[in-house]
Amino acid sequence: MKYLLLICSEGEGYDATEQELDAGPWVEEMDGRGVRLTGNRTRPAADATTVRVRDGAQLVTDGPYAETKEQMAGFDIIDCADLDEAIEIASKHPVARYGMIEIRPFWTD
Amino acid sequence: MDRVKEAVADAWGEEWGRVVAAVIRQTGDWDLAEECAQDAFERALERWPRDGVPGRPGAWLTTTARHRALDVLRRRANETAKLREAARLAPGPAPVPADGAVPDDRLRLIFTCCHPALPPAAQVALTLRTLTGLSTAEIARAFLVPEPTMAQRLTRAKNKIRHAGIPFRVPPRELLPERTSAVLAVLYLLFNAGYAPGAAGPDQRRITAEAIRLSRLLARLLPQEPEAAGLLALMLLHDARGAARTDAAGDLVPLEEQDRGRWDRERIAEGTAVLDEALAVRQPGPYQVQAAIAACHAGAETAQATDWPQIALLYGELARMAPSPVVELNRAVAVAMAEGPRKGLELVESLAAAGRLAGYHLLPATRADLLRRLGERQQAAAAYREALRLAPTEAERRFLARRLAETGG
Repeated sequence: MKYLLLICSEGEGYDATEQELDAGPWVEEMDGRGVRLTGNRTRPAADATTVRVRDGAQLVTDGPYAETKEQMAGFDIIDCADLDEAIEIASKHPVARYGMIEIRPFWTD
Repeated sequence: MDRVKEAVADAWGEEWGRVVAAVIRQTGDWDLAEECAQDAFERALERWPRDGVPGRPGAWLTTTARHRALDVLRRRANETAKLREAARLAPGPAPVPADGAVPDDRLRLIFTCCHPALPPAAQVALTLRTLTGLSTAEIARAFLVPEPTMAQRLTRAKNKIRHAGIPFRVPPRELLPERTSAVLAVLYLLFNAGYAPGAAGPDQRRITAEAIRLSRLLARLLPQEPEAAGLLALMLLHDARGAARTDAAGDLVPLEEQDRGRWDRERIAEGTAVLDEALAVRQPGPYQVQAAIAACHAGAETAQATDWPQIALLYGELARMAPSPVVELNRAVAVAMAEGPRKGLELVESLAAAGRLAGYHLLPATRADLLRRLGERQQAAAAYREALRLAPTEAERRFLARRLAETGG
C-alpha cells in the first residue's frame, strides 16, 4: 500500500538540535528497505502561496490554506505492507519525537 | 423442531464471531463477512430441522459462510473481470507464525477492531457488531446514540480498516502489550455499558454477557497475559452481585445494604479461582488489583466482616499503578472504613482542594456520607444537595435524595 507521510512541525522551532532532527539516517534506512519512493523537505509556510479559482477568476493569496500551529515541513511517499508497517516507519522518523507525522493512504479503486 | 431452533440460537451466541472472523480472514471484506454469516444462519434454520443439528455447528456454519463468500466473489469476479483477484483470494491454509501458534480468527478480529488508528467509540461498537450477533439498533440503544449515528460510526470504521490498510491480525510480540491494553479497555467499557447504574434493559444485560464471554475467550487465547484473566475475574465478581444491586423499583442498593444471599456464589467462586490463577503468574496489573478488591467484598459474609484494611492497601497499590483521582476517592472510602471517617474525610478534602474531581457527583456524595457518619448533619446535607445537582442518572438522584431526607435536609 502507498502512503503519504506528512512531516509536521509544531510551528516555530523545535526544542531539538539539528543533529536530532537530521532525517538522513532514516532516509538511508528506508531507501535500503525499499519502502521509500520519494520525499523532500518543503520551505516553511511563510513561503507558501494558495491558489483558488472562483467563478473563473483566479485568486492567489499568501500563506498556507490553513493557519494552524502545526505546519508541514516535508513529505515522504512510502510503499509498504499495511498500516502497522507505515506506523513503524513513521515512528522512526526523527520529527516524530518533536513534531508529528500524519499517515495518509493513497486513493485506490 | 424447538430443539433445533434452540441449537441455532445457541450457535448464534457462540459462533457468530467465529464465522464472521473466518470470512474476513478469507476475503478481507467486512461487509461481505457479515452478510455471509447471516446467510449461513438462515440456511441452518432451513437445513438443520431436515438434516439434524451437525456435530460441530460452528464448523458447519463457518464452511457454509465461506462457500457463500466464494460464490459471491466468483460472481463479482465474472461481472467485473477481476478474476485475478479472486484467484488470489482463494482460501488457503492460514499462515502459521514462526512460533508455531495459530491464533484464533476471533482474536485477530478483536485486535483489528481495537486498532489504535480507530477512534475509541468505533473500537467498542465494531467489536460488538462483528463479534456478537447484536444488531446495530441494539448497540445504538445500549450506547444511547441514535441508530443512524451508530450505523455511520460502524461504516466509517470499516471503511478506514479497508482504505488505511489496517491489517487483520494479532500484532507482533513487541506491540502486544500496548495493543492488549486497548483490547482490555474496550472489553471493560463494554461491560460497564451494560453494568452502569440505571442501565437494566435487555440490551444491557446481553452486552454484559457478551463482554464476559469475550473476556473468557481473550483470557483463554492469551494465557501469557495475566491482566486478561484479571479483567475476566473482575467482571465475574461484579456480575455476581448484579441481582442485588437494584431494588424492586430499580433503585441502586449500596454494597453494605445488599442482600448477600442473592449474590451468585458460583460466579464468585469462578471469579476468585480465575483471579488466583492470574495472581500466581506474579505480574500484577490494575485489573488484577481491582479484581482482588472485588474479591474482598465478595468474600465477606456480612458488610461488617469486610476486610477494609486490605481493601485500603489494594487501592493504594492501584493508585500507584494507575494513578487517578477516582481511585484516590475510592481509597479514601476504604480508609474511612478501616481507620474511621475522620481519616477518610481528610483524604476527600485534599482531593476537593486539588480541584481534580470538580463536577464529579461521587466526590460530594462521599463527603456527605463521611460527614453524616461524623454527625455533622448540616454540612452533610449541603454536600448531599451538591451531589444531587451533579448526579447523572435518575437512580442515583433517588438514592441521594433519600439520604438527604435522612439527614433532615
